[in-house]
Amino acid sequence: MILYWILNNVPGGPLGPYLANPHITPADIERLRHNFGLDQPLPVRYFRWLLALLHGELGYSTSNSESVVTAITERIPATLLLAGTAFAISLVIGITFGIIAAVKPYSWIDYLITTFAFFGQSMPVFWFALMMQLAFAVAGVTAFGYHFSLPSAGISSSDDFDLGDRLQHLVLPSLVLSLAYIAIWSRFTRSSMLEVMRTDYIRTAAAKGLDRVTIILRHGLKNAMIPVVTIVALSLPGLFSGAVVTEYIFSWPGMGRLFWNALGQFDFPLLMGYLVIVSFLVVFFNLLADVAYAWLDPRVKYD
Amino acid sequence: MAVTVAPARVPLPVADDDVRIERHGVWKRFRKHKLALGGAVVLLLTTLIAVFAKLLAPWDPNYIDQANWSGYPLAPGIAHHILGTDDAGRDLLSRLMFGAQISLTIAFFAVLMELAIGTVVGAVAGYYGGWVDYTLMRITDVFLAIPLLPLLLVLTAIVAASSNKAALGFGVIVAIIGGLSWPSVARLVRASFLSLREKEFCEAARAVGNRDLRIIFRHLLPNAVAPIIVQGTLDVAGVIILESTLSFLGFGIQPPTASWGNMLSNAESNMSIAPWVAIFPGLCILVTVLAINYLGDGLRDALDPKMK
Repeated sequence: MILYWILNNVPGGPLGPYLANPHITPADIERLRHNFGLDQPLPVRYFRWLLALLHGELGYSTSNSESVVTAITERIPATLLLAGTAFAISLVIGITFGIIAAVKPYSWIDYLITTFAFFGQSMPVFWFALMMQLAFAVAGVTAFGYHFSLPSAGISSSDDFDLGDRLQHLVLPSLVLSLAYIAIWSRFTRSSMLEVMRTDYIRTAAAKGLDRVTIILRHGLKNAMIPVVTIVALSLPGLFSGAVVTEYIFSWPGMGRLFWNALGQFDFPLLMGYLVIVSFLVVFFNLLADVAYAWLDPRVKYD
Repeated sequence: MAVTVAPARVPLPVADDDVRIERHGVWKRFRKHKLALGGAVVLLLTTLIAVFAKLLAPWDPNYIDQANWSGYPLAPGIAHHILGTDDAGRDLLSRLMFGAQISLTIAFFAVLMELAIGTVVGAVAGYYGGWVDYTLMRITDVFLAIPLLPLLLVLTAIVAASSNKAALGFGVIVAIIGGLSWPSVARLVRASFLSLREKEFCEAARAVGNRDLRIIFRHLLPNAVAPIIVQGTLDVAGVIILESTLSFLGFGIQPPTASWGNMLSNAESNMSIAPWVAIFPGLCILVTVLAINYLGDGLRDALDPKMK
């Protein structure tokens, strides 16, 4: 099992050709190519890049000669803030919806939640973002005699730290980012809960005379969460990479925005760095999901 | 005189019956899923509109109505533009119809390609096992480890840069999406092949002396087809969203060719005065994708009552 994951770490590697390849295309400056050692054969360059990667070095951005590592680490907090908020929102709402739907299956509220989940899964993120901007930022909402409107771009209005202002800027992007995950996780929680509620130990608990809330939360939810944890861990990297679109539309100064700018300038070291980091995240969270699964469910054994 | 009788091809009545009963059950179960039925109808309508866009569209999708155009989008209903025009004075409804053509065709061919690659890789890996399986699955893992959207963006950027063309061809987009999204199908097919190849009928087919290729495609694949169909259907929805996202970001289908995605990329700047330009294309995507997702859900229930 461990060997499998180590082998899986190689994905940082096969990306190498993408790093190397684009350098050849804008091949207008022959002298620069020589200086950078870019006239070396492709495998040689690839190995050098891999070696550097092992030392935690991802090269220098071609657009502003910043080190890729610093450029990306500078942007990580903003992305973490956005993805983290969206994660918390999706987790709380998604699981709550899932439980409610599963406790009363085939009731009107179940249908409502299931329908919502279908809409959430079918919603193109960028369009949802535009609609949210239209509704809350462009038009604004008039209620209780007040006119609300939320900022549609950026992380803050000024450089001075102002919690209220930061929170206002966070509302729309994090809602947009979390919609799909609320949908997926609530559907998953629902089906997992339904399965658990049919088992014998739930019937035993009910027969013992425990009240419904205890049964649902202590006996049902705890067991139903095992597969959900896996799905959550597996979709976390998607939360980061999915932020590309959200960060683009809301001008959020995070990693996704950096990636977007790099794309416009064909800054391939930066793009590579981003892809490598995101791929490592995927592998890491895959591993985490496996570990969590084995830890939560003693029946699962890896050998 | 000896009469040569062509060896009668005796159909196996039992097997034939089985097939009919099975199909009947599928349709019965599918019919019960009202939303899936609705999804199928909506998808059919969208497809018809896309196919007959040329006949149905009231305007040429690229015609600029200069007589009525003032530099801003025209509101719905004005000057025979049922849904108004975009910021360049082109009829929105007509562009939506032609956009449906683009989006659905790309989705169809990309999924076809994804299924073809995924099925072959998965079938070979699952059937042969051993080092073949190991090698193919590690390759699959590599593809799975890289998030699709950023990789798609980088690849389209590279292809566009190296071909020195601003506009990426239709085929290139299909190839990139199809060529990157097959791993999930491969895993699916591999999983069913791993269990199928241990079954008696597979053993029997081998004992009779069938070649591997024939066993894979004639005996095993038909038994593994249900999850492939479901996955393929759901992936059509996924590809429609992917393509529109790419086009929205400016890396997919390029204007003036209309696609639901690129119709939205200019909508943002005029959103305060012309929200309809932003609303309708997205609504088309949402409705189509929703229909396909319901259809896929219904197919899953109907084809395989066990999985849910």
